[in-house]
Amino acid sequence: MKKRIHVLVAAAVLAVPTISYSAGISDAELSATTCFSCHGPEGKNVGGAIPALAGYPEKVMVEQLKNFKSGKRPSTVMQRHIKGYSDAEIEDLARYFSTLKP
Amino acid sequence: MKMNRRTLIKAMAAAGATVPMISPLSARAMSSNDSSGPKVVVIGGGFGGATCAKYLKRFDKQIEVTLVEPKKTYMTCPGSNWYLAGLVDSDTITHSYSVLADKHDVNVIHQSVNAIDAQAKTVKLDNGDVLKYDRLVVSPGIDFKYEMIEGYSEEVIDQIPHAYQAGPQTEILYEQIRDMKPGGTFVIAPPPNPFRCPPGPYERVSMVASYFKKYNPTAKILVLDAKNKFSKMGLFVEGWKQEYGDMITWIGAMDGGTVKKVDVATKTVYSDYDTVQADVLNIIPPQKAGKLAFTAGLTDDSGWCPVNQETFESSIHRGIHVIGDASIAGKMPKSGHSASSQGKMCAAAIVSHFHNWAMPRPKNVNTCYSLVAEDYGISVAAVYEMKDGKIDMVPGAGGVSPSAGSVQQHKQEADYARGWYKSITADIWNS
Repeated sequence: MKKRIHVLVAAAVLAVPTISYSAGISDAELSATTCFSCHGPEGKNVGGAIPALAGYPEKVMVEQLKNFKSGKRPSTVMQRHIKGYSDAEIEDLARYFSTLKP
Repeated sequence: MKMNRRTLIKAMAAAGATVPMISPLSARAMSSNDSSGPKVVVIGGGFGGATCAKYLKRFDKQIEVTLVEPKKTYMTCPGSNWYLAGLVDSDTITHSYSVLADKHDVNVIHQSVNAIDAQAKTVKLDNGDVLKYDRLVVSPGIDFKYEMIEGYSEEVIDQIPHAYQAGPQTEILYEQIRDMKPGGTFVIAPPPNPFRCPPGPYERVSMVASYFKKYNPTAKILVLDAKNKFSKMGLFVEGWKQEYGDMITWIGAMDGGTVKKVDVATKTVYSDYDTVQADVLNIIPPQKAGKLAFTAGLTDDSGWCPVNQETFESSIHRGIHVIGDASIAGKMPKSGHSASSQGKMCAAAIVSHFHNWAMPRPKNVNTCYSLVAEDYGISVAAVYEMKDGKIDMVPGAGGVSPSAGSVQQHKQEADYARGWYKSITADIWNS
């Protein structure tokens, strides 16, 4: 049994050069892909009325999302969404979106 | 790859599951010169399947992804009510698979599936070809329990359309609405729960009413419902009264609204409420998982497919994932948006499995916009997370648009509804 485990761990280590996401898929990235359904693929606007998110300045997005959450900033659907995320999750999402190319 | 404790345990568990051999996937991953990755076959090119195919490639380009979908183009159910109203043309809501094939290197095969062999891990197509898979994703959509309504069957859907799988059925209803005599009666019978797109029948009522308001203002709409309440009910009823006066009458199950029988030749519907002769009749029958889910043995007694709600792997057949309307996905509604979200979760689960990565723990969402009138939108939204092995709603989040909204709010949500459509279809088929 011990030997078999070693082989598998070696396989996982060797797999690194062949894969595109060396550390796996982060919670923030997978959560962010669900935002694309309304805000556009990879956060890019495709002509609709809903704003793009790719390359959004991180600090501005954190502030705006927190203001949606508190109701300080009015919204139609965003308050209903963002109430489902902790402040830490909001910060992780904003960091991820800031890394996407606009 | 960082080998933290969680991933190491998962890797060990995976090794245990594949005793006595190392799985071929790990063996393949060991050879960095071998460009061919594990094989995933996705059956069904709708919101669930097409999303999953694209996102498998997004998360790992090495995976060989094959998408099997008989139709060359796909007309979406979302937006099909807007088409009935004349607000969009059919090209706007019809999408091809060329971007998935050409840009994302998905092997798109336009064939029907003849059989799935879960033991041999193969899919046999109608043309006789056999596809081998390491993981299979099935996104078969819905089928109808025609037998629940006496006199109704698949043989008569050209006369009495359900129009609840977009395409030729949508075109038939489109023509019938336009051919209806002045002052005629449109009768629609929404199904009992659970069913595809909970607000769908009521957006349809709204959109047919908006057409009648312009072109057949003395027409009447009768909704004979098998339920006592429905999605965004308060908002729809408020909007119907404001926009269409007394054109629409809704009869719930408690008042005998459930349709029990139809006479096809005369378009007569029988319910405890009344016997009514319709000029245009739209029956949306009770629903179950799509045919392939049954032939592949993926359904339980409920007629839907039980799955691990984190990975969407079937609870019945290991190695086969079921997403979209056919799956039992906890609190998520059966919607195009849900199906697309599930396609992403499932793709992430499969890629994480191949690499022995920890499965991410994302938040997941659904947003359903409906048009009450061209510039009158309403919405329902929810955020989801895994809780005790099931998809649950995050407390305190989600809900419907406020009632008694302003003209401006309604216009904004109508614009967002159209924006949502552009974005989600671009995300799935067109970018």
